[in-house]
Amino acid sequence: MDLRFTDEEIAFRQEVRDFIAKELPAETRERMVAGRSPTKQQVVDWQRKLNARGWAAPEWPKEAGGPGWTLAQRYIFREELQQAPAPSPLGFNINMCGPVIIEFGTEEQKQKYLPRMLNLDDWWCQGFSEPGAGSDLAGLKTRAVREGDHYVVNGQKTWTTLAQHADWIFLLVRTDPNAKKQEGISFLLCDMKTPGITVRPIITIEGGHEVNEVFFDDVKVPAENLVGEENRGWDCAKFLLGNERFGQARVGASRERIRRLKVIAQESMDGGRPLMEDPDFRRKVTEIEVELKALEMTVMRVIATESKRKDKKPDPATSVLKIKGTEIQQMCSELLMKAAGPYAWADGDPDEEDGSNDVDVAPDWAFGLAGVYFNWRKQSIYGGSNEIQRNIMAKAFLGL
Amino acid sequence: MDFDLTEEQRLLQDSVARLLGDKYGFEQRKGYMKSPDGWSREIWAQFAELGLLGLPFGEDEGGFGGGPVETLLVAEQIGRFITLEPWLSTVVIGGGFLRHGASQELRNELVPQVAAGEMLLAFAQVERQSRYDLFDVTTTAKKDGSSWVINGRKGYVVHGDSADRLIVTARVAGGQRDLKGIGVFLVDAKDPGVQRRGYRTVDGQRAAEIELSNVRALAVLGNPEDGLPLVDQVVDESIAALAGEAVGAMQAAHDMTIDYMKTRQQFGRPIGSFQALQHRAADMLVALEQSRSMSYFAAMSAAERNPLERRKAMASVKVQIGRSARFVGQQSIQLHGGIAMTIEYACGHYFKRLTVNDSMFGDADHYVRYLAETGGLVAAA
Repeated sequence: MDLRFTDEEIAFRQEVRDFIAKELPAETRERMVAGRSPTKQQVVDWQRKLNARGWAAPEWPKEAGGPGWTLAQRYIFREELQQAPAPSPLGFNINMCGPVIIEFGTEEQKQKYLPRMLNLDDWWCQGFSEPGAGSDLAGLKTRAVREGDHYVVNGQKTWTTLAQHADWIFLLVRTDPNAKKQEGISFLLCDMKTPGITVRPIITIEGGHEVNEVFFDDVKVPAENLVGEENRGWDCAKFLLGNERFGQARVGASRERIRRLKVIAQESMDGGRPLMEDPDFRRKVTEIEVELKALEMTVMRVIATESKRKDKKPDPATSVLKIKGTEIQQMCSELLMKAAGPYAWADGDPDEEDGSNDVDVAPDWAFGLAGVYFNWRKQSIYGGSNEIQRNIMAKAFLGL
Repeated sequence: MDFDLTEEQRLLQDSVARLLGDKYGFEQRKGYMKSPDGWSREIWAQFAELGLLGLPFGEDEGGFGGGPVETLLVAEQIGRFITLEPWLSTVVIGGGFLRHGASQELRNELVPQVAAGEMLLAFAQVERQSRYDLFDVTTTAKKDGSSWVINGRKGYVVHGDSADRLIVTARVAGGQRDLKGIGVFLVDAKDPGVQRRGYRTVDGQRAAEIELSNVRALAVLGNPEDGLPLVDQVVDESIAALAGEAVGAMQAAHDMTIDYMKTRQQFGRPIGSFQALQHRAADMLVALEQSRSMSYFAAMSAAERNPLERRKAMASVKVQIGRSARFVGQQSIQLHGGIAMTIEYACGHYFKRLTVNDSMFGDADHYVRYLAETGGLVAAA
C-alpha cells in the first residue's frame, strides 16, 4: 500500500498547472472565480486549446484521439482544471456521447463525430429526461418509428442542459412500445437543425437559462444515426450513466470554492471583525474541509482499485462519490452565500445572457453567490438523484 | 498510488483474523472480561507468537518491522472483534514512546520483553482538569541527584491496572498549561509510591486511577524539559491505530445490522425491504467508506515529518471518524430495534467501543476546534 503519487505523476501535475497558467485567458478564470459559468465562446476557445495540446478528452483511449492517460493522470488533470478554475472539457461531448460512440458506434460514426467532438466543432446536448421519465428514466415515451432509411421521432425531452448552444443531440427513444420498458429503447444522434425540433427555455429559480425543453414533431433522423443495435439503447444509457458518476466527486472544484470562501470571509465583516475570525463560522468551514479530505481519499481508492480491476463491477466506494461530492458542493455554495451577508441578495438581471447583474450595487466578491446557491440545489437531483443513489447502494452493495 | 497489500501484509491480516475468529466469539469475549485481568493472558501469548507485540519495532531489535499500514491492519481486526487486551497501550502507545523517546540501552532492555509479551505498558496522561489537552499537566517531576521524583494524580489510565511500567507525563517547569516544561517518565508500576485503583470502563476495557507519591522514575523518555513534541508524535501514531480500530468496529456493526435487516420479519416481510431503513443503511455505508478512506489517510500521515501537518491530518481523521462512528453506532442500534438494547446482544458493545474510541485523545468536537483555530486544511487564495 503506497498512497503517494509517483514522481512522474507529480511532474505531470506541474506540467498541467504550467499549461493552464500560460494558456487560460484571464477573463475566463476571473469569471469562474466569481462563481459564474463560462460563456459558450470561452468554453469553445478553451477546449480548442486543450485539443491542440492533445488533452481534450482525458478519458479517451489513444486510438480515439485521447491522450491514453492512466486513471491517476486523468484525476490529476481534472483536479488541476477545477482548482484553477478553468472550464472542463464539455461533458456532453467528452464524457457522455463520445464514450458511447467509442464503445458502441460504427467505424463511420467514429470518423464522422469524434474529431468534431474533440475540437468542439459540434456542441452536443443530452436528450434523456422527459416530463414523465426522471428518476424512472426507462419510462420514457418519445417515439421513433422506422420508415425506410429514416426514423421519425415524436415526443418531448426536458431538462436539456445548454440545448440553446447545441448543434447535435443524443437521444433515447422508444422503438418498441410492446417490449419490456428497458428493452424497447434505442440511442439516436440527431442534428439540431433538423426541421420539427423546437427548443424552449426553462428558467431556473435563480433566473438563469441553463436548461430547456426540446420538442420533436415528425423529426426525420437518418437510420445510420442509430448507435448500437435497435432496442439495445438501454445498454448505451447504463454505460453512459456509469461514466457520469465517476466525475461527480469534483474534489478540485470544491477545494477551489473553499479557498474562495476563505477570501470572501476575510472581506466580509461580522461583529466588527472579519467573518473568518468568528469561531463558529470557522468550525463550519472546517467540517466541510474534513469531509472533502475524506472524499479525496475515497476518490484515490476508487482510482487505485478500478485501474487494477478486470471485471466492470464498481467499488462500493464509488457510490459515495455522487452523494458526498454533491453534498459538499452544496454546503460550499451555502457558506459562500452566507459569507456575503446582505450583499448576497442583489439579484441577477434576467436580461443578461448569463443571468447576472453588472450594476455596482454590491461588492464584486459578493455578486451572484446566492444565485449559485439556489442553482446548485440541482446537484443532488441530477445524474440519478441522491435518493436513487441510495436505492442503488441498498440493492447492489447491501443486498437489501 | 496503490492500495493493494503486499503478500506479507495479507498474511498478517489473515492470521490475526483467523486467530480472533477462532478465539474471540462474543461469548468467549464475555469470559475474558470476567477474568481477573479483565482480558486474556492466553490470547496475549498468541499475539506475541504472531508477532503483534513486536509489530512496530525493527527486526534488528527483535521486532516484526511493521509500519503504519501493518498497525492499521491489526487495529482493524482488533476493532472487528472489540478485543480487550492491552495492545494499543503496550504496543502502539508504549511502543511509540520506546521507539521515539528511549535510549538505545533502554530499548535493548524493554523491546524484547514487550515483543515476548512479558512487559505491559500504560500511558498515564489524563488529569482531572486536562480533559483532552495533552499539555495541561499538574503532575510534577523534580530533579533529585541524577533521577526524577514524581508526584501527582492521573486518571483514565487505560490498562493501567495490569501494566508493569507506566509512562507518565509530568511538569518539570512552567505553569499548568505551558507547552514547554513537560517531561515523559518511565515508572515502575509496582513502586511503593504508586497507588492504583483499577476499574472497568463502559466499553468493557480496563483502566486505573493512579496516585504517584514521591515515585523515583526509572528513566526519562525524550527531552525532560520539552517532551510535548514526543507526546504529540506518539499520540498521532496512536490516533492512526484508533482510526483502524473504529473502522473495524463500524464494519462489524454495519454487517450485523444488514444481516439483521434481511432476517427480521415485520408486516410479513423483511424490514430490509423498507426504503426508509434502506436509505439509512446506505448512509451508514457512506460514513463507513469515508472513514475507511480516512484511516488510510491516517496511516499515510503517521510518518509525516512536519509536526503541524501531521497534527492537522490526525485532527481531520478524528473529526471524520468520530462523526461517522457516532452515526454508524447510533443507527446500528436504531435499525435493529429493541434487540440491540440488550446487553446480551453484540451490537451495543460495538456502539460503546465506538463511543469511547471517539473520545480517546480528544473527540471530534475537540479536533474541529483545533483545526478551525489552526487554519483548517485548505489555504485561502
